[in-house]
Amino acid sequence: MNATKVSGRKQPLFYRLPVISHFRSSVGLQRGMLVTGLVLSVVFLLVAVFAPWIAPYGFAQLSDAAGPFPTQQPPSPAHIWGTTVGGYDVYSRVLWGAQTAAVVIIVAVAMSIFLGVALGLVSGYFGGWLDRLLVVIADAIYAFPSLLLAIVMSIVISHGQSSFWGGIVACSISISVVFVPQYFRVIRAETIRLKAEPYVESAKVVGASSIRIMGRHIFKNATRTLPLIFTLNASEAILTLAGLGFLGFGIEPTSAAEWGYDLNKAIADASSGIWWTGVYPGTAIVLTVLGLTLVGESINDLNDPRLRGRKKAVAGKGGPDSTAGAQTALEAESRVL
Amino acid sequence: MTINIDKPGQGAGPVLDIDRLKVTFATDAGDVYAVKDVSLQVNPGEVVAIVGESGSGKTVTAKTILGLLPETAISQGAVLINGNNVISVSEAKLREIRGRDVAMVFQEPSTALNPVFTVGWQIAEGIRAHAGTGGRSKVSAKEAKARAIEALRKVGIPDPETRVNYYPHQFSGGQKQRVVIAAALALNPGLIVADEPTTALDVTVQAEILELLRDLRDNYGTSIVLITHNMGVVADLADRVVVMYQGDVVEEASSRVLFAQPKEDYTKKLLAAVPHLGRNSASEGMVERAHQGGKVLVEAKNLTIEYPGRLGSPAFKAVDGVSFTVSEGEVFGLVGESGSGKTTIGRAIAGLNRTTGGSLNVLGYEMLNFKERTFKPLRKEIGFVFQDPAASFNPQLTIGDCVAEPLIIHSNPTAAEARKRVGELLESVQLPASYADRFPHELSGGQRQRASLARALILNPKLLIADEPTSALDVSVQAVVLELFKEIQQEFGFAALFISHDLAVVDMLSHWVGVLYKGKMVEQGLGNQVMGNPQHDYTKKLIASLPVPDPDEQARRREAFKAVLHS
Repeated sequence: MNATKVSGRKQPLFYRLPVISHFRSSVGLQRGMLVTGLVLSVVFLLVAVFAPWIAPYGFAQLSDAAGPFPTQQPPSPAHIWGTTVGGYDVYSRVLWGAQTAAVVIIVAVAMSIFLGVALGLVSGYFGGWLDRLLVVIADAIYAFPSLLLAIVMSIVISHGQSSFWGGIVACSISISVVFVPQYFRVIRAETIRLKAEPYVESAKVVGASSIRIMGRHIFKNATRTLPLIFTLNASEAILTLAGLGFLGFGIEPTSAAEWGYDLNKAIADASSGIWWTGVYPGTAIVLTVLGLTLVGESINDLNDPRLRGRKKAVAGKGGPDSTAGAQTALEAESRVL
Repeated sequence: MTINIDKPGQGAGPVLDIDRLKVTFATDAGDVYAVKDVSLQVNPGEVVAIVGESGSGKTVTAKTILGLLPETAISQGAVLINGNNVISVSEAKLREIRGRDVAMVFQEPSTALNPVFTVGWQIAEGIRAHAGTGGRSKVSAKEAKARAIEALRKVGIPDPETRVNYYPHQFSGGQKQRVVIAAALALNPGLIVADEPTTALDVTVQAEILELLRDLRDNYGTSIVLITHNMGVVADLADRVVVMYQGDVVEEASSRVLFAQPKEDYTKKLLAAVPHLGRNSASEGMVERAHQGGKVLVEAKNLTIEYPGRLGSPAFKAVDGVSFTVSEGEVFGLVGESGSGKTTIGRAIAGLNRTTGGSLNVLGYEMLNFKERTFKPLRKEIGFVFQDPAASFNPQLTIGDCVAEPLIIHSNPTAAEARKRVGELLESVQLPASYADRFPHELSGGQRQRASLARALILNPKLLIADEPTSALDVSVQAVVLELFKEIQQEFGFAALFISHDLAVVDMLSHWVGVLYKGKMVEQGLGNQVMGNPQHDYTKKLIASLPVPDPDEQARRREAFKAVLHS
């Protein structure tokens, strides 16, 4: 009657990957939300990767073999989503914008996740004055409106105007300044909780060094929530980037396509009935953020056995060893909590 | 609704009639049965105990009686309370039945009460919730309070007029459980379902609560369904016993018959596994302390351990002037109730807590000047077995990795060497060496605790500290682990500090026993002397409180110890 009969061996690695394991354990509406989010996110990523091949023109292209592009032209076969006041092709710029957004997400999250996790582990495990100092700093950063902080960083790094990478880095740094405290807080809280777990104490009793305890016993157990924060932060990163661009601190149209910048330029168009310059970049932002948020929220719900929906038990059906099974399954769930 | 008020034949038929109950849970691992086929009846004024180990379905059965199962569960069969089938009635009807016909007493009194409301309010809540239904008129706040006071008086809370305005934190654990019982009694239900009502309490408090439950039955004719795993509690209180195993009723008999002549093998095994004070004592036949020729490994002199108080309040003395020694090869049993400081002493010896006064010498190292760096070399001489085997293994590592960890830290073995040593150790705690590749959640509780023992012993330590190593285990598993512990101790010859709240368990293993009470060592001596002829009043009370798994003997003890318990 031991546990192996039920949960048995570990499942293959593929099924244990974050999003895939979540998909497999979801049912009903929760699965619908997850799938919607995944579809939107995958479309976003595919567009980002394949923008050079999908987009009919370059992001800064103003003319082709047939001559310069017309300005402010409504959607037509040559420019299916129309052109802007500067003569850019809206369709191409929206596609290329996905690439900029994806790069910003990757750079920003990569910069903040390592620092945030490392600081969180150290701060939570050792405690004391270092912990207090870091928490105060994190709180102080929280007190700033993130967009203001992003603007200041953007000015400091690139004086507000920049090339593709300059803009990306400025934007990513400003976003990561806001994100580091988030990762820090989450990992610190988990570390403090795990520090009191008997298995950490048992490692202390056998004489394991602090580094070994942090690396081997706490780190792996503390990072369970990271996929969730990652997806939620990714959507926030896009919004910050778009906000920066909208305020004019983004990336020059000649360096990269950027949805926020295009929205900014579309303000004047809106009152004169030129809807296509604003609607398409705006929709792109909404759908991307929606997709990433749906994935994040679904993961959050599915991680929590209390929120996760299940197929109803069919009366009169059940395995032969089901009591032990129920016990093990319930135990496994209570441990997750 | 009026039908239920003067129901014909109330008092004659059974209060509770469970007929072929089946409960299925939907889990990630598919549908599983928690209860397969349970039928039982409870007559008015009867105490029926449902016993079984974890996973036997006893708690699920209890929850079904009140309709408290989660959404993922589906139940079939019938649970009749005064003619209402709890499984099929509407939610509104169910609310009406709860509290009025059947009430529940939970395991953990400190979480069953809401900390932000007074106990009087919480008791009155049930009274007010039922007012206005079933043709009754509304209950005024004053009347509800008066009835709450009455309920508190019934359960023996002194000065109920004042205490009714107290908040839960102003009561002790035992009193809180009395309040929970008072809340259950507020509407005079015919049936109380008590789910492990004394498991979270100390033995001395447990004895009081059991007495209270017995009085309720005698004075008010309340029927009680008692869910427990503790055979002593069953022997003390129950009229009839239902033994459950894996969702099925294995045996049903009156309490006396069951303990005297168990029919089924499972019941026999279960009863045999229950530790019985005075039987199988490790110090049997000893007249003086053994192992005194060897080196003294741990010596505490006037040891004091304080936890700093909050600003303005004085420090809390967890351990207050305790002196004892543990010599090579000796098993020292430390007994005490919660808050007695027994765990603090164990943790201080392992360097997990700082000492604040007196002297604690561990393997020649003075713990008062504790520095992790200088103490580290000594750590390989100390093994530690934690209370909860589920939590003391890193869920991300295999059993093999966990067991090998001390080895890897203190010596630098090759992978093959470590593997071989882990295999040996697992074999010696009677686990197959192949378990090294499993993850902790794939082992049962007893297996995990054995692996935990293997981890503690892998470096051949001189001293082993076992902090309540079996209190999270079922009795039958506990018996196996204790037997194994005894064998291994004799084989390896390490000294051990065995910490437990269970006198019978300590007596089974320890040569020398120390009794702690509120941070002070009130008595120490040979196990058989402390248990057989206690000197200190507290020890006497502790031993008197411990229910023995034999209804007749327990009834005799109850009478004999009445004076001690009420001192």
